[in-house]
Amino acid sequence: MKWVAFVVFAAFLLYAAYELHPFGELDDSRMDDYIISNAQNETAANNAVTSVVFDYRGYDTLGEATVLFTAIAGALVVLRRVKK
Amino acid sequence: MIYSIPFYTVVILILVGLYAMIFKRNLIKMAIGLTIVESAVNLFLVTLGYREGGVAPIYTNLPSGISIPEGMVLPVPQALTLTSIVIGVAILALMLSLSMMIYRHYGTLDSRKVRRLKE
Amino acid sequence: MRQDEMTPVVKTIAAILFPLIIIFSFYVIMHGHLTPGGGFQGGAIGASAIVMLIAAYGAKYVRERAKEENLSIFESIGGIVFVLVGLLGFLATSAFLYNFLVGEPLFGTIPPFGSNSGILNSGGILPILNIAVGMKVIGGLASVVLVMALAGGDEE
Repeated sequence: MKWVAFVVFAAFLLYAAYELHPFGELDDSRMDDYIISNAQNETAANNAVTSVVFDYRGYDTLGEATVLFTAIAGALVVLRRVKK
Repeated sequence: MIYSIPFYTVVILILVGLYAMIFKRNLIKMAIGLTIVESAVNLFLVTLGYREGGVAPIYTNLPSGISIPEGMVLPVPQALTLTSIVIGVAILALMLSLSMMIYRHYGTLDSRKVRRLKE
Repeated sequence: MRQDEMTPVVKTIAAILFPLIIIFSFYVIMHGHLTPGGGFQGGAIGASAIVMLIAAYGAKYVRERAKEENLSIFESIGGIVFVLVGLLGFLATSAFLYNFLVGEPLFGTIPPFGSNSGILNSGGILPILNIAVGMKVIGGLASVVLVMALAGGDEE
């Protein structure tokens, strides 16, 4: 029963990879063209990837720092040593 | 001349990770399978933003002859992949600490024997 | 020799390499707005330096020098600095995490358009956020590995 589901899922994934757009040809990239052209004027940084992570989408980085803090706090609570 | 080989690599890695998660009984092997699936999804997210013949979108010491918006790779999928990698590390830390507590409580790591509440 | 120590050759090489890896991680964190890198990448390098010390010297020896409470305080300071800088942007202009240091003399030199060699004084609030996230990642990953090594070692 597990083998049937696995083979059906594998066939579905291979057909999906066949029908994707060809690798390296994009059709619509207006947002990224705007970000690359205006990143030096608005954020005063040379690195476009860092300015996207911390300035254009800084709120997502705050949420990711919260997820990291919560997971580490959970791992520290589980492995606590009780002093006798 | 690349013919979308990265997309087929992503599919093969997802199938290897799913095989390790479904058909193995050790808890550590299931955690390894989940990490392989997460690495395959990060690779897929990065290769969605490739432009043929492009350089990295960094202006420090740029080589000459690159047209500014059309000769660079898209920066937004790389930023999303950064977040996904850090979340995968946090999930792996929590999974390994929980499996350590399961081993200390039950004495075994077989996923068919850790079903009952220990009296 | 205790159970989880290594030979003196490994301990000497780890003691020599530790300050070099820490300096390299600070270099990657501070130049995050000029070269590829930033807060998360430099933080992972610094955490792997502390993990190398745990592997070479044993978990009990490292715990006497740096307790896990101090590493947790180090992580929390990074998180508080991130939120405080965001609130300062909210008070200066009307948006959370607004880049209010562009044009100011502290970190706000606007680089010329096109290819240039990098200016360290530029970037707005980006270097401050890079340092905050780097502290958070170093403290978090090092404390998790230290607690796991301690919990797996004292089973008799």
